[in-house]
Amino acid sequence: MANDRKVLLKIEGLRIEGYADEKWVEIVHGVDLTLHRGEVLGLIGESGAGKSTIGLAAMGFARDGCRISGGSVEFDGMELTTTPEADRRVLRGSRVAYVAQSAAASFNPAHKLIDQHTEAPVHYRIRKRMESQEDAMELYERLRLPNPREIGFRYPHQVSGGQLQRAMTAMAMACRPDLIIFDEPTTALDVTTQIEVLAAIRDIVDQFNTAAIYITHDLAVVAQMADLIKVLLKGDEVEEADTRTMLESPREDYTKTLWAVRSFQRPQKSRPDGDAIPIVSVDRIDASYGATRVLEDVSFDVHAGMTVAVVGESGSGKSTAARCITGLLPPAKGRILFAGEELPASFRARSKDQLRQAQMIYQMADTALNPKVRISDIIGRPAEFYGGLKGVALKNRVDELLDLIELDPSKFYSRYPPELSGGQKQRIGIARALAAEPSFIICDEVTSALDQLVAEGILRLLDRLQNELNLAYMFITHDLATVRSIADEVVVMKQGRVVEQGPKDVMFTPPHHPYTDLLLSSVPEMDPNWLNTVLEERGVDNIGEAART
Amino acid sequence: MNYFVIGYYALLIGGSCLAAYFKKREIFLVLFSLTLASFVMGIVGGQDALWAVTIAAGLLALAGGTAYAFREFLVIVSGAQTAKVLRTAPLTASFGMFVIFTYAVLGIFAPAIAPFGESDVISQAFAPPDEVMLLGADQLGRDMFSRLVYGARNTVGLALVATALAFVIGVLLGMVAAVKGGWFDQFMGRVIDVVMSIPGLIFALLLLSIFGTNLVILVIIIGLIYAPRVFRLTRAVAGNVVVMDYIEAAGLRGEGMWYLIRKEILPNSTAPLIAEFGLEFCFVFLLVAGLSFLGLGVQPPTADWGSMVRENATLISFGEITPLIPAAAIALLTVSVNFVVDWMLFRSSGLKE
Amino acid sequence: MGDVTRIILTRLGLGLLTLLVISVLIFGAVELLPGDIAQAVLGQGATEENLRALRTELGLDRSAPVRYVDWLSGAVVGDFGVSLLTQSPVTDVIAPRFANTLFLAAYAAVIAVPVAIVLGVIVALLRNSLFDRVANVATLTSISSPEFFLGYILILYLSVKTGMFPAIAKLSDDLTFIELLDRTFLPALTMVLVVVAHMMRMTRAAIINLLASPYIEMARLKGTPAWKVIARHALPNAWAPIINVVALNLAYLITGVVLVEVVFVYPGIGQLLVDAVTKRDFPVVQACCLIFAATFILLNLAADVGAILTNPRLRHPK
Repeated sequence: MANDRKVLLKIEGLRIEGYADEKWVEIVHGVDLTLHRGEVLGLIGESGAGKSTIGLAAMGFARDGCRISGGSVEFDGMELTTTPEADRRVLRGSRVAYVAQSAAASFNPAHKLIDQHTEAPVHYRIRKRMESQEDAMELYERLRLPNPREIGFRYPHQVSGGQLQRAMTAMAMACRPDLIIFDEPTTALDVTTQIEVLAAIRDIVDQFNTAAIYITHDLAVVAQMADLIKVLLKGDEVEEADTRTMLESPREDYTKTLWAVRSFQRPQKSRPDGDAIPIVSVDRIDASYGATRVLEDVSFDVHAGMTVAVVGESGSGKSTAARCITGLLPPAKGRILFAGEELPASFRARSKDQLRQAQMIYQMADTALNPKVRISDIIGRPAEFYGGLKGVALKNRVDELLDLIELDPSKFYSRYPPELSGGQKQRIGIARALAAEPSFIICDEVTSALDQLVAEGILRLLDRLQNELNLAYMFITHDLATVRSIADEVVVMKQGRVVEQGPKDVMFTPPHHPYTDLLLSSVPEMDPNWLNTVLEERGVDNIGEAART
Repeated sequence: MNYFVIGYYALLIGGSCLAAYFKKREIFLVLFSLTLASFVMGIVGGQDALWAVTIAAGLLALAGGTAYAFREFLVIVSGAQTAKVLRTAPLTASFGMFVIFTYAVLGIFAPAIAPFGESDVISQAFAPPDEVMLLGADQLGRDMFSRLVYGARNTVGLALVATALAFVIGVLLGMVAAVKGGWFDQFMGRVIDVVMSIPGLIFALLLLSIFGTNLVILVIIIGLIYAPRVFRLTRAVAGNVVVMDYIEAAGLRGEGMWYLIRKEILPNSTAPLIAEFGLEFCFVFLLVAGLSFLGLGVQPPTADWGSMVRENATLISFGEITPLIPAAAIALLTVSVNFVVDWMLFRSSGLKE
Repeated sequence: MGDVTRIILTRLGLGLLTLLVISVLIFGAVELLPGDIAQAVLGQGATEENLRALRTELGLDRSAPVRYVDWLSGAVVGDFGVSLLTQSPVTDVIAPRFANTLFLAAYAAVIAVPVAIVLGVIVALLRNSLFDRVANVATLTSISSPEFFLGYILILYLSVKTGMFPAIAKLSDDLTFIELLDRTFLPALTMVLVVVAHMMRMTRAAIINLLASPYIEMARLKGTPAWKVIARHALPNAWAPIINVVALNLAYLITGVVLVEVVFVYPGIGQLLVDAVTKRDFPVVQACCLIFAATFILLNLAADVGAILTNPRLRHPK
């Protein structure tokens, strides 16, 4: 913790402008920030909150098309806003370092990792090249990279994402800076990889007593990493407090909504009697993209009125399973049954009624709704296409659907998707699925792009609709909180295979399958001690091991 | 020293000082470096060089003024939404729009504007300009000015029709390839690769040598040669739209290909396609002009800018600029279209971020 | 390395295949003639007897595939048949003119490539400045002007009015190299103007695209000085786009040469092609088209191979 109370970075009234539509618009409106040596500050907020911009401003840097328009940034007694660029440049890499979100894009593809690592220390004459290489290997080892003496001599594209992110942290450490800016370093990673990187980052920052600004949108992550948390909203500060205080008793309403642990949890329904015919039955399917096998021997059932959650990391095949059910990717082997009847493998061969029965709701409402089509047409088209509705009947049906998803028809009927908020768009997506009057809906990560509170609203809506219309849901998600709140049954997938499946209450009580266990325990929790606990349980040294098996 | 030279330098230096006073750094740099350059030019080229600079500056100012006025005019006459977009147009783009507008008027009302018919022989060959013939006569004694006006109709019209043909073919096939995917997409991609690996002008010459040079064949050939370029762009643009979830949703609903193209993809690809139309028009227009210049495009006695350059080329060796006027007319239109397209592309790329 | 060799070989094979398809197209196009070549050459008034004689002479009595194989196997060893007009072997007509055209294109390229790349990089680094905007307008204007417009302007001002350079590029064998450069200066300059404009714009776009990559920002955030960001981080990745730009523009030069040769009455293959098209001398047209297409494909191939060779992902496989 911050025992050395010397102020390292002091930002006061920082204002930053961005150039858009031929004029400068303020995007950060006077933010203050104080960071002591060895302290870790978490900057948290949604996209567009100005987190990255502030992080870069702490290095006296503004991206092209941005400029610092007011306030002061004082780094270790040096006022960066008035210092000439040449002097500011000398700070970067040597005393302040940066770790970017996408390590894969931020390493130069033309040079070996270690050559990029040694660039700054050699340039600043802190170390000779050979010393610096030795040091790099030592850092790689501390960051628990495999083959630390050899991995640096690879090119970026030859190394995996999680390893690159750690190599980038090592590179930031190369000159032993006083401050490191971490800009969403684990956002692009899977949960099981994320945990390794988090642990590595936290340990090394601790060991060298480096101060850090940790930028993220994930509360649970920031709770593990930061001593202090600052919440931002649209370029304004909402509040700041030390991590425990912030987690236990946030002051502002906005923060409370962020913190709100999902309160919605509906009672679990149990499967109907053994011989009831499931509405959708996936029967031992294999599927592949070209020569790569992506699904192997996958089976599960979805019963009417129930929700089956399919859980797994990226590459586990959970979305592919959905594509097989919809007929976008005909399985190489096995059958898809709908209410006991076998469906043709490709959607092109299915009848209009078969298509109508199974609908889909997508993760990104932005790409799921045609931006150039009116809401009335988006919702009305399936009703027209399947039900043959026209004129007044069609309009009434659209109004009815809008009412059903709790949007005011008089307001939304003739608007376009870009005019709507994320949650509203997702509701329109639901209405479009309902317009076909289906009995089965695939929900593909429907809440993961939404804020906590909005997501909860969507889940409640889906639950209400399920009860009213007796719908069956297949919920594809990586978020276990969502699974807890809405699922009746859970299917865990890994590398194209079903690892474990069963009713939710059984699945969430130990003993688990080792992979389910790894997955469950890797999801960050709000508790600041979570990371420590998990690492202790696993034994620090074999995290990497556990992730690979 | 005479009053012109004194006035010239006074104006430049005065302008530089004003720019410096009002802290217009770039304007100052331009004006003052022009002043310095003028010393050298004045010594080397004498007063004529300074006159040339003055005339060039005057023309530039005139073009700028026209562009500014035309933009204001458009902003006032158009609706609120369009006006907001137009306000962001740089002067080059509004100049381009002005020129395109002028050419359109010339082309549409050609018979009313031109004092003589396009193939009327009214005087001696290469007669010099007078009050009746503003630009003099061509090699057969026809009025240059009238032929220029008719040329706007013929040359531009031909290029427009050919571009439109290329677009209909290219956009249609490109959309179908994007929606269908699979073997059709692969096959079309290969065919297009092969066709595009023959340079356009060469391909046109080959086909013209075989089918002869009449207007219909010319349009078809040019349309076919440029369709692959349109296909490629459409395929790329539509390819970006096809991966969207709303296309998947419509496909899973059971919608037909034609519905997908018309209702889902086309509305989302209009902006890049319009810009591409402008670009392709420039290429086609230059190709048509080039072919006519080679004597293989529009055939006499139809007035056409490319052939007019060729027919009057001999005048160049006498130091006459007459044959350059139709060539300049070609260049001016292409530049103008490019200016507008450049702005449109800049806007669409800027909006992406 | 095995991977790269395989990719390059595939690419070369594909290029060869394309060329083969194009040879079929070029040969087949003439087969589409209303009537046949003999009819086209002799015109409507020809007697049946004359037609038959010419057909036998040209070998038209054989089937099209046989003639194609014959033509192609000749073309591969440089025999394109006999000109219908002069009755001399096409190769004899083309060879010296092709050399002239290559000389002109090389002359223009030697000036244009370095100038365009340097200017393109400068403009990219100074983007959105006044200089950039002026350059943008100037290059757009140059691209938009037909080659003959630029050519005649140069003739008017640099030849007719001032007499600095000859307007007509007449060549003879006894010219010294300096004289040759002087004679061909105006046609070369015309092409330079157009190509530089194209190339500058493409280089600028490629460099700006490159400078926007996250690894360039990372380099700047590591405190790397500006020159080193360019030299060490941008340049190694810039080769592929620059090679691409150069090859595409050389290919463009090859087409642009036709109009320029006609303007300056330069004895090159482009003018030959135009003459042959007007006079419907099909063997010459076919040969010229094949040569142009082959050069074009070769340059595009060079661009692809260059891009493959400079791609670190392919040079250092996993």
